[in-house]
Amino acid sequence: MEKTARDIRKRAIKMVYESGASHIGSSLSCVDLLTYLYFKVLNINTENPLDDKRDRFILSKGHAAAGFYAVLAERGFFSKETLDNYCKDGKKLPGHATKQCVPGVEASAGSLGHGLPMGCGMALAAKGDNKNHRIFVLMSDGECQEGSNWEAALFASHHKLDNLIAVIDYNKIQCMGRTNEITNLEPLADKWRKFGWEVKEINGHSFEEIEDSFKKIPFTEGKPSMVIAHTIKGKGVSFIEDKLVSHYKIFNEEEYKKAIEELK
Amino acid sequence: MRFTFRDSLIKLAEKDKDVYLLIGDLGYSVVEPFAEKFPSRFINCGVAEQNMIGLAAGLALEGKKPYVFSIIPFTTLRCLEQIRNDLCYQNLNVKIIGVGSGFSYGNLGATHFAIEDIGVLRVLPNMTVLCPADPIELKELMEKSYDKQGPVYIRLGRGKERTLYNEEPNLEIGIPSVMKQGKDGLIIGTGTVVDCCQKAVEKLKDMGFDFKLISLHTVKPINKEALLEEVRGYSLIFTAEEHNIIGGMGSSLAEILLESGWKGRLKRIGVLDEYTYDIGSMEYLRDKYSLGPDKLAEFILKEIKNGK
Repeated sequence: MEKTARDIRKRAIKMVYESGASHIGSSLSCVDLLTYLYFKVLNINTENPLDDKRDRFILSKGHAAAGFYAVLAERGFFSKETLDNYCKDGKKLPGHATKQCVPGVEASAGSLGHGLPMGCGMALAAKGDNKNHRIFVLMSDGECQEGSNWEAALFASHHKLDNLIAVIDYNKIQCMGRTNEITNLEPLADKWRKFGWEVKEINGHSFEEIEDSFKKIPFTEGKPSMVIAHTIKGKGVSFIEDKLVSHYKIFNEEEYKKAIEELK
Repeated sequence: MRFTFRDSLIKLAEKDKDVYLLIGDLGYSVVEPFAEKFPSRFINCGVAEQNMIGLAAGLALEGKKPYVFSIIPFTTLRCLEQIRNDLCYQNLNVKIIGVGSGFSYGNLGATHFAIEDIGVLRVLPNMTVLCPADPIELKELMEKSYDKQGPVYIRLGRGKERTLYNEEPNLEIGIPSVMKQGKDGLIIGTGTVVDCCQKAVEKLKDMGFDFKLISLHTVKPINKEALLEEVRGYSLIFTAEEHNIIGGMGSSLAEILLESGWKGRLKRIGVLDEYTYDIGSMEYLRDKYSLGPDKLAEFILKEIKNGK
């Protein structure tokens, strides 16, 4: 799993390097979570991406698209060559995860605070049809400042959507600085608990802890589940780790080589 | 109109188990029969319209056909970005049912007016904008839009609107509905204010002016050929809408007419790009903007004289 995640990081870095795109730090913080989910947790069939029984996954923090597409390609939803299209003129692989572009993307994202409400709708549809698949939503921490998420949080617990599992990639850095300096989210876990969710806090880079957290879903019958994953923005590339610049970093050739070297 | 919507929806829900009704905690004494009949497909989302549109998108992504119901500003402007990204960008089958066109809630103040919704929604790619004039148009448009791919906005009045047709018009989305022929000029209305247009046309007739009347129930997409066919030969056209004159049906028409090379005079009648603090009943506010039957006829007569 470590090696797979490392390969995915390298691929995502290559994508942003070649396209001159930003948001690499946001991809790197959630690659371990995405990798584990796609290789060990999600019940999916890449041969039939729209299989009715599949688990659904929404990347609400759509700007982590490079890491997400790299995971989907690694998992076999489409060819790895397709990743070369990332953010390129006339190619269909935008810098925010977009449904119509490649198989495996369940819902389009880009603006924050949209994934959880859509996830609630999917969870509601599954409940209404007595289907057993689950709906996963990966959110960012800065995204928790969007009011729509709290509307959805109320709704999910009120309607006992225990087929809904949200994960927050809590890297603690947003566009202009640290979340606790811009608009503090703490105590984040308590907030979700008070909204009626069952919450686990983990180290989002420990596969052991990630494995443990997803062993039993839902965490509690009748309640939506929340994993708050403490992560490091830019994880894996030492010179951008936990730095604001990782949100914007466009590597020059030397930095690119250094980053790839570190991931060998 | 709200009851016509509800009854039409119940019929659709009887034949299609994927029809859902979502409300934003509004619809008292209207939606209850649907809720009683289909409890698992009725969801009161609470006072949380952004989530409501997201929910509808999630349901539609799973193949459901949600109808989202609330007062117009709350189900269009409050959640506009959800409509744009979740519904239009993904081109999902969600119907937005907005209640209270124009000054329907005239006494409640401008927070409850709907005078920007047509303009705001018609600029969204993939969106269809329907403004039925009466319960008959609504019933037909409900049936015609049910299977339409992509999001649809249906703009309703809130009262007991009278029927304006003697027989079923058999509407098509995008095709203007000619309600009366006439040779002296053309009035094009949209939404429940077509009622006023019809009365104004009668008044004008009594004064010796024979006007043609069109209900432009579909503000987007408009079938240009069909529209231009209906305006051919008319050099004096009035549009009437309970909406800001900027961006609404009149603007939409002006775009088409200008590009077609049409020569003539187009006068848009509607709200004059302002929020009025001078509140009152719907009738009072319609009169304020020359949309009530008498004021509309008066306005048109004045324009005819000015033009001569």
